Amino acid sequence: MKSGQTVFDMVGGTPLLRLPSIERELNGVELYAKAEYFNPTGSVKDRAAKAMILDGIACGALTHDKTIIDATSGNTGIAYAALGAALGYKVALCLPANATEERKKLMRLYGAEIIETDPLESSDGAYNECRRLVAEHPEQYFYPDQYNNDANWKAHFEGTAVEIWEQTAHRVTHFVAGTGTSGTFMGTSRGLKHLNPEIKSVLMQPDSPFHGLEGMKHMESTIKPGIFDDSIADIKLEVSTDEAYAMTRRLVREEAVLVGISSGANVAAALKLAKTLPPGSVIVTVLCDNGNRYLSEEFWEE
Amino acid sequence: MSVTILIPTALRSFVDRKSEVETEGSTVGEALANLTAQYPDLKRQIYENDTALRGFVNVFVDGTNIKKVNGLDTPLAAGATVMIVPAIAGGC
Repeated sequence: MKSGQTVFDMVGGTPLLRLPSIERELNGVELYAKAEYFNPTGSVKDRAAKAMILDGIACGALTHDKTIIDATSGNTGIAYAALGAALGYKVALCLPANATEERKKLMRLYGAEIIETDPLESSDGAYNECRRLVAEHPEQYFYPDQYNNDANWKAHFEGTAVEIWEQTAHRVTHFVAGTGTSGTFMGTSRGLKHLNPEIKSVLMQPDSPFHGLEGMKHMESTIKPGIFDDSIADIKLEVSTDEAYAMTRRLVREEAVLVGISSGANVAAALKLAKTLPPGSVIVTVLCDNGNRYLSEEFWEE
Repeated sequence: MSVTILIPTALRSFVDRKSEVETEGSTVGEALANLTAQYPDLKRQIYENDTALRGFVNVFVDGTNIKKVNGLDTPLAAGATVMIVPAIAGGC
């Protein structure tokens, strides 16, 4: 580890973990997971938040008289709050009121203002409220709009995809991920296909509009992000909340990997896919965030 | 007694697109049982089995999470508002 780095320098460059215990179920298929919880605030969203903030500064849209504002279900908010604090920007976050207290507390610790939105409307409610506030006072805010900002997916095109390519010694054959804003899925898929057009992109989706895959969007029943284009997906796989819970517990007990529910969903989808592939296939998925953020939830006990 | 159940957008396709439903019940469990009897497809969405809600389903009565009081046995006053919301966080 280099010395003298700032929080900004610590974003990205995450380890690629092998999952040997889960791989034992498979016949010659290799299973890897990009450990995004190693990012400085503990989630993959540090990549997008950093890219969107730096893009805003570079194009002159983000100045110190502006407040960074966006809609978030949690991880992006924590990333904006931390990176904003590191550069001395004010941060305001629209998030559904049913976000957990731990998450709100983290955002406030970094100095962010929280605007709670209708819990019945979930992340779409936060999105609509954020747009309303920005439309009312456009001069007060820098609104990256993570659902529609190309810097979001490009962070993964230039970062995550290249890292996976190098870390698998160019052997990766399949990339599996779910979607919130879809930045991770779109950017990494495009980046890997740019490096090798044969690589297959696999979209994980919740199996129902009402689900517990936190941070994951059920695209058919919610506002579709502008950056999302499902034509890039070669394969689509559905995962139930119960399957994701079971895999999240299994990851900590068998692999000593403590991650959140969306990570469990991604690995569950990767395992389903792996069972259909020939030996020699190399699957990579994403561990989106740290499980410490979910310790108060009940599913760990089952 | 009559109570109002607020339905999150993600569940409205199971209740004829309604944002709220009036039903009867003296406890949360009774009110939700009446609601799911009226809209049977809803049951699998919110119940783990006949007696327990799914882990990520939170129910609030007049702003209080029933997990912090008496769960499905939490009593309802006439005119109470019951809100069903999923846990949320994370992002990818």
